[in-house]
Amino acid sequence: MGQTLPLFPEQASTMAGRVDALYFYLLAVSAFFATLIALTVIVFAIRYRRRSESELPRGLEGSMKLEIAWTVIPLFISLSFFFWGAKIFFAMHRVPDDAVEVNVIGKQWMWKVQHADGQREINELHVPIGRPVRLTMTSEDVIHDFFVPAFRMKQDVVPGQYTTTWFEATKPGRYRIFCAQYCGTKHSGMIGWVHAMDPGEYQTWLSGGATSESLASAGAKLFQRHACNTCHRPDSLARGPNLEGLFGKQVQLADGRTLVADESYLRESILNPNAKTVAGFQPIMPTFQGLVSEEELLQLVAYIKSLSKPQASPSAQLPPSNRAAPPTPSGKENPK
Amino acid sequence: MSAAVHEPEPPEPRDNYLTSAYGVRSWLLTRDHKRIALLYLASINVFFFLGGLFALLIRLELLTPEGDFVQAETYNKLFTMHGVTMIFFFMIPAIPAVLGNFFIPMMIGAKDLAFPRLNLLSWYIYVVGALFTFWAIVHGGVDTGWTFYTPYSTASSNSHVIATAVGIFITGFSSILTGLNFIVTIHTMRAPGMTWFRLPLFVWSSYATSLIIVLGTPVVAVTILMVFAERVLHLGFFDPALGGDPILFQHLFWFYSHPAVYIMVLPAMGVISELVTTFSRKNIFGYKFVAFASIGIAVLGFLVWGHHMFVSGQSVYAGLIFSILSFLVAIPSAVKVFNWTATMYKGSVSYRTPMLYAFGFIGLFTIGGLTGLFLASLGVDVHVHDTYFIIAHFHYIMVGGTIMGYLGGVHYWWPKISGKLYPEGWAKFAALVIFIGFNLTFFPQFILGYLGMPRRYHAYPEEFQVLNVMSTAGASILGVGYIIPLIYMVWSMRYGRNAPANPWGSTGLEWKTTSPPPTDNFETPPVVTEDPYVYSHEEVEVVG
Repeated sequence: MGQTLPLFPEQASTMAGRVDALYFYLLAVSAFFATLIALTVIVFAIRYRRRSESELPRGLEGSMKLEIAWTVIPLFISLSFFFWGAKIFFAMHRVPDDAVEVNVIGKQWMWKVQHADGQREINELHVPIGRPVRLTMTSEDVIHDFFVPAFRMKQDVVPGQYTTTWFEATKPGRYRIFCAQYCGTKHSGMIGWVHAMDPGEYQTWLSGGATSESLASAGAKLFQRHACNTCHRPDSLARGPNLEGLFGKQVQLADGRTLVADESYLRESILNPNAKTVAGFQPIMPTFQGLVSEEELLQLVAYIKSLSKPQASPSAQLPPSNRAAPPTPSGKENPK
Repeated sequence: MSAAVHEPEPPEPRDNYLTSAYGVRSWLLTRDHKRIALLYLASINVFFFLGGLFALLIRLELLTPEGDFVQAETYNKLFTMHGVTMIFFFMIPAIPAVLGNFFIPMMIGAKDLAFPRLNLLSWYIYVVGALFTFWAIVHGGVDTGWTFYTPYSTASSNSHVIATAVGIFITGFSSILTGLNFIVTIHTMRAPGMTWFRLPLFVWSSYATSLIIVLGTPVVAVTILMVFAERVLHLGFFDPALGGDPILFQHLFWFYSHPAVYIMVLPAMGVISELVTTFSRKNIFGYKFVAFASIGIAVLGFLVWGHHMFVSGQSVYAGLIFSILSFLVAIPSAVKVFNWTATMYKGSVSYRTPMLYAFGFIGLFTIGGLTGLFLASLGVDVHVHDTYFIIAHFHYIMVGGTIMGYLGGVHYWWPKISGKLYPEGWAKFAALVIFIGFNLTFFPQFILGYLGMPRRYHAYPEEFQVLNVMSTAGASILGVGYIIPLIYMVWSMRYGRNAPANPWGSTGLEWKTTSPPPTDNFETPPVVTEDPYVYSHEEVEVVG
């Protein structure tokens, strides 16, 4: 193994080919210009080498035409890099709607993974091929970074907030996970594997850990344990906003701003409830900072999200088997 | 010749700046910019070889995939201290404080800098800052990476963050005072007839550098104070556990540290302009474009810091803006490369050692600049960010660019500084060794980076080994290449042949006085009557 000399990484996601295409374009343009400049320097150095110590070549006046040419041409070539790179970047940030949801929590020095159905893994991530997978990530301590070279995917994992990214694996296999943001002593040990599996195998893997409880259902229990439901309720006794159908909707805040209720907003409202109070409610909610862990927060968020799914009911304790197949056409699982 | 000094070879003065006074006091209390430059030369060399030693240990660890040569904690301290010493104590002061200090006054025909005492104070401040950092290194070092990212640096690391940060904070003031001194000197001390567009391009690039130093360094000083306040007083700026925002640190840090890249490379570009003209015996092609490219880089350089944060979770639209601005800042650098190349056209090109370094600079800086375009392209940056691709890219700029420029400049001006000639054969050999060693060290790292090897890894998967072995082999060659000039330069001070006033036949004012120059630089204050770089008084040819 140590004697192999790889020159190019494996392509195992829908994004890999797109990134590599731009990379090869950049390589070709760079090789062209580097060669052009090197050859020009060499040719001039030989052609105009000093032949006698007394020679004094005539001065040259610069050329406006040349200056404009070598300003404008690189500018236009750069713009082509910019637009192509931006297009890929947008695609990397536009998560498809039917994505499998996975939570990732980084801590010194391991990756903790929670699946929607409650399966937990450490330094391993099992995913189906042919389906987009959305990662919602946070850190318990310092900044980490979730990097899978074979997927050309990388995203910082920042304490105190959620970052998201997604990928769609294209072929079954084992692919390395690296932590790419320096995070202390065992930074280089914060590594793991993505296992990309055929959909059938993935289903088998999912049902293998059948004892676990889905995230939404664990969140529902936490919701009751912390007595959230005494205020957040659909009836007239509610002292907090009704959470049914809230996720992904526009929210009008007390200070007149509006925002979309996403994972980060839910997280912030649990830890720092009075930062962005919803219009029409008093800032009376206490903070739950220190009372719920990052993992429990993600469970609560999963529960609140489940309240916005069409077939979910507010008090639903969804059985794991129900959540294994998301509410998308089953044909999607096997696109070919 | 270009400047009307009385005669081409002035009479030998009684004293030069080296022999005018003797003893330790005459050096430590000097106000002569040339002696202060030599104080800097000695101090930065200590840090250059210290930083090089750290690099060597890093490369030895990476010879094998397992983390077996040093412990993980030691490794993390090694790469941190390699970055800290090389950037803050070698690369930033190298060309400005040594070559700028020595030659800016001489190139504009002045007796000294505008504030000679402040200049000496700058050196003392540098030494105090360096001692703090040196203390931290000796007492166990620091392991945050030279970037000091929060909350690791404020909440997690238990190494000597504060002592190191205070050292950098203090040294920052040395930079600020030097920058201020240069700006005032260039505005007020120019010789009669030395108009702005007769300034040598080294002076233009030093001026642009000084602007960045004076405007940018206070920001990093404030940022360090905030890290200090959070680590010691638990004021929550960056740590989310204290209510802070860790990304804020990155904005503040890169607001200085990206322009700092130009603090390091702009002066080297100035040196290259001097070398290419002198050793082609030609006026620079497109003087104003090269001069304004420096100013353009200084201005645009302040607007691109966010390209270090494309995967930090900052908004997609911020990413777009920083991406396009990063492409824009590449243009003035490209313009300079094209103009240097065109300067050789129909010139009289000599292959003396300084010109070999100029060739090396043009080649390596071009590769460094072109790979910068990969990083400015958002979609590709996501993959190569924080991998060895970045390491390779910025070493092509910093080592392939700045150190090549620095060494080229030191060789070029050595006869003036020391009054002695260095041995040309050895110098050419060393330049070749450095060029080969450099490429063998850093080119494989581009491939490693695209394969996905992350930076700052103590141990790595074994499929990356072959490329790492190549890199380590290159680093040992590079190390030898850097030691050879140290030896023959010191040797030449005692045994070298005496240098004439103008060994290269250059038109610069600094060559119109004796080697080494008298304390007041010129026997008679020069008067300038021509543009710089006028090698021939025949009619100027028009191209294009």
